[in-house]
Amino acid sequence: MKNLLERVTLDLIRTTLASCNQKISIKRKKVILLVTSKLSRPSGSSQLPIVTVLWNSVVDTGARRTLTYCSPWKTSHKHEAVLFPPLSSPIRKSLCICLSSSAKLPVMMEERKKTFDANEAALLVKELNESFRTGKTKSYEWRVSQLKSIEKMVVEREKDICEALYKDLSKPELEAFVSEIAMVKSSCKEALKELKQWMKPEKAKTSMETYPSSAEIVSEPLGTVLVISTWNYPFALSVKPVIGAITAGNATVLKPSEIAPATSSLLSKLFEEYLDRSAVRVVEGDVPQTTALLEQKWDKIFYTGSPRVGRIIMTAAAKHLTPVVLELGGKCPAVIDSDVDLQVTARRIVAGKWQANNGQACISVDYIITTKDFAPKLIDALRKGIEECFGTDPMESKDISRIVSSNHFSRLLSLMDEYKVYNKIVVGGQRNQKELKIAPTIFLDVPGDSKLMQEEIFGPLLPIITVGNVKDSIDLINSKTKPLAAYLFTNNDMLKNYFVQSVSSGGMVINDTVLHVTVSSLPFGGVGESGMGSYHGKFSFDAFSHKKAVLYRSFSGDATVRYPPYTPEKQKLIKAVMNGGIFDIILALMGWFLLLNSTLTMTCTTEHDHMTIFLDFPKDSVLTLDEIFGPILALMGRFGD
Amino acid sequence: MATEGENQTVFDVAAASMLTKELRDVFASGKTRSYEWRISQLKSMIKMCDEHEEDIADALHQDLSKPKLESIVYEITMLKNSCTLAIKELKQWMVPEKAKTSLLTFPSSAEIVSEPLGVVLIISAWNYPFLLSLDPLVGAISAGNTMVLKPSELSPATSSLLAKLLPEYLDISSIKVVEGAVSETSALLEQKWDKIFYTGNGRVGRIVMAAAAKHLTPVVLELGGKSPVVVDSGIDLQIATRRIIAGKWGCNNGQACISPDYIITTKDYADKLVDSLKKELEAFYGKNPLESKDLSRIVNSNHFSRLTKLLDEDKVSGKIVYGGERDEANLKIAPTILLDVPCDSLIMKEEIFGPLLPILIVSKIEESWDAINSGTKPLAAYLFTNNKKLKEQFVMSVSAGGVAINDIAMHLAVHTLPFGGVGESGTGSYHGKFSFDAFTHKKAVLYRSFMGDAALRHPPYTLGKLRLMKALMTSNLWTILRALLGRS
Repeated sequence: MKNLLERVTLDLIRTTLASCNQKISIKRKKVILLVTSKLSRPSGSSQLPIVTVLWNSVVDTGARRTLTYCSPWKTSHKHEAVLFPPLSSPIRKSLCICLSSSAKLPVMMEERKKTFDANEAALLVKELNESFRTGKTKSYEWRVSQLKSIEKMVVEREKDICEALYKDLSKPELEAFVSEIAMVKSSCKEALKELKQWMKPEKAKTSMETYPSSAEIVSEPLGTVLVISTWNYPFALSVKPVIGAITAGNATVLKPSEIAPATSSLLSKLFEEYLDRSAVRVVEGDVPQTTALLEQKWDKIFYTGSPRVGRIIMTAAAKHLTPVVLELGGKCPAVIDSDVDLQVTARRIVAGKWQANNGQACISVDYIITTKDFAPKLIDALRKGIEECFGTDPMESKDISRIVSSNHFSRLLSLMDEYKVYNKIVVGGQRNQKELKIAPTIFLDVPGDSKLMQEEIFGPLLPIITVGNVKDSIDLINSKTKPLAAYLFTNNDMLKNYFVQSVSSGGMVINDTVLHVTVSSLPFGGVGESGMGSYHGKFSFDAFSHKKAVLYRSFSGDATVRYPPYTPEKQKLIKAVMNGGIFDIILALMGWFLLLNSTLTMTCTTEHDHMTIFLDFPKDSVLTLDEIFGPILALMGRFGD
Repeated sequence: MATEGENQTVFDVAAASMLTKELRDVFASGKTRSYEWRISQLKSMIKMCDEHEEDIADALHQDLSKPKLESIVYEITMLKNSCTLAIKELKQWMVPEKAKTSLLTFPSSAEIVSEPLGVVLIISAWNYPFLLSLDPLVGAISAGNTMVLKPSELSPATSSLLAKLLPEYLDISSIKVVEGAVSETSALLEQKWDKIFYTGNGRVGRIVMAAAAKHLTPVVLELGGKSPVVVDSGIDLQIATRRIIAGKWGCNNGQACISPDYIITTKDYADKLVDSLKKELEAFYGKNPLESKDLSRIVNSNHFSRLTKLLDEDKVSGKIVYGGERDEANLKIAPTILLDVPCDSLIMKEEIFGPLLPILIVSKIEESWDAINSGTKPLAAYLFTNNKKLKEQFVMSVSAGGVAINDIAMHLAVHTLPFGGVGESGTGSYHGKFSFDAFTHKKAVLYRSFMGDAALRHPPYTLGKLRLMKALMTSNLWTILRALLGRS
């Protein structure tokens, strides 16, 4: 042990910051680092620098793995880190110290891991599987400690998170708070409150065939799971599934989206800092890294994103029989009847479209269906609603997100500028390529074969389709693939019922948009093209749990009828027991006893609704008490229910 | 096996696509959604069982020489029970489930609506060819779907009986049977389904799931695995032995996905266990089990030679302590017990799925957890013990689709327990209400009125709004008050 550590200190200790002194001592099995730096606090940053100790190990493949120990910078620029070198990990050859801060010192990048390939992915999974096998993640205490750390992380780093979201999407702070930070917090809070209850085995009623017995459904963690998240709510859609995975007691790898790089790197940093790195990891990257991850055997893959990639994920999962949750999207319709409170409706549409990350949300309104006569009124109300929210020039508004990337920007332009639709714009249409901004834009009466009505829009464009009768909208919706959400605004109860009965979608809101996502007692997930599996609240716990059926039996109550040689009498009795007719059982039992030449006498009296059975049988009977009474008692139990 | 080709046109991709289109139209008409339709189909199925019990038992006997009692108990009665339960509970299952709403969405109400998925495909297996075909069907019908059943071509008599009986008793427009082997199955798998329910092995399970991925179709995979039985000392040995025999050879001669694959016990106890097994086996099946009418045969010659290969491997052939007799002409293999086989033998690597039962020996019973966990997760795991702590440990540390303590296979008969695998033993579950759920989409529905619209939700976002929103969402009353005051 000592040799190894000395080799580490002698060989390859180096700091990436010149202006930093370090002292290293070895005590027992710990490496103690004392770092002193002349580094002054970066101007303009309210954040304290963070010291990161990168524990690099060179494995056989030559690939470099980074095991990071992170802690906030202590006062007076002195830092003491205590390292417990992981003995099980491959040969350790270097140890280096990095100083970094939220001002992002360039040195941080220099020591970043090189390529993350299939080998590394395999090693990572192996390591996490080992962690899982130790059983630590299964304990209630571990789960709670991790959830509390997430809560702490969200509270302490709210500013950082908002900043990252602003960088990636110009997401307004209130939106970031409401739809990302608060969502994560409330998920943690609920999980902390309910976890004990969720973990409890669920009692199940047992049937007569197995009398006497008890049964329960035990929720057990699946193992090591992979969460691949997306860029539109890069924080919430990463952390919420991870919360589910932790609550259920799994080891977890998170792959945040590379399209929201600031949040991705923040997540990687924060997870290292706050969570148990032996069981919760972040792997950053894009296609090659994801592919490397997907080649591994996982016990569950939770993917949020597009149906195209969803297919790739599921195909990869099939190789290892890994179950998947796919949270996809789809064209979410909003049907608007003419008897609604127009102002409230318009506001809620605005909220569910442009306030939801400027339409870049999987449950934001994709298109509106309304009646011909009502459309002009609705457009006026929407125009007014947009103006109230974002001012006369929405391009200048601080309260609206930008388009995430230039790719998506040009995709949206191609939808807008298609010759079939470009002259259908009734509100908005402005764009600013430099700032990746597109104003809230409404189209009236676009043709059904336009790209705008064929693809999921995922942006600030909102086509309105008109129909003669509001009921016609249902056929229109059902002619497309099943969306993740469907919305209806009406005061007509019949229409509500009809809509709920005949439109299939992941979720549904009547007279509002998007809000069902906040109700944790509702499962959130798609159907058909919009995905499979669901989460939120207890459903998240369930998504990452295996429901193990457990039946407990004792050695009493062994019925010989079950065993060969199979005689016709046995057949009769067993049929009677399984069919559950008490008289059949009695008759069959009588036959059974006669066969055994038993001197049993049996009398039945029926009085009102009571039945009394007297059984008298010899002590040396071949049958045990349980054998005779078991089925009868169980039957009575069944009637007693 | 598909020999009756003369009067059948080939079932190709075009035919499969026509079939799904037809079923999709029927589903769109809404007829399968009605409570009445579902009930009528379930009732017809019971009627079918009652009226054709003999035919069914005959078909099962043709395919597997399955003893009549086994057919009646494990196939026909189980199915009838599923139907009866569904008929009794269906109304309850169909009622939307109320969900609590939070302060955030006040005023509102919420419910979870169970809706049918659409057109589903059920591909079943040959070992319980009647039950494993129709039990999933009960789920698909209860949930209100239209469906195609593809029975296994390895049990041709039951397959053709199903193809004959189902159209006779069930609604032919929404419930179809397609008989066939690989090419027919491939043609079916190319179609877009709303759910695929497959019972069989892991190799085909992978193919089914990969095919499903193309259409984003969710799957239920009911697979198998090496289901272990751990036998502790100090138990009622006779009962344990009888239950093991009933679960192994009494379940289609070991050809069941939850039948015991191997036993783990301690060194001292192994001999006693073997003696007891021998004694009870003889009591059950007589001195010459190859002649017993109470044992199923091996399904076909492929499986027969697979099993003899397992038995004849050098490493294990000397380990047989009971049985080992075989009759190739009648495809029969006697109940065979092997003691102390090495872990790297074929018989301990593959799922056995037949009448062979190896016994592994450990020095301490707790060592069996590691032995089990070092393999893939099995569909079932069994433990015989009177030790409460051991039971707890077993349930906590052994991962399996289902677990039965002090019995074999009986968890299958408890409809309040989900039946299904985990990891290599499958995905998804069914039985009882779980069957209904397996073929249902749980649609989340939130109802709001036009009242209670908070301007707070809408831009322009002011500092005050942010503060109030934060307070509201963290539901701290004091902060809410302060924020409200601060605003006004």
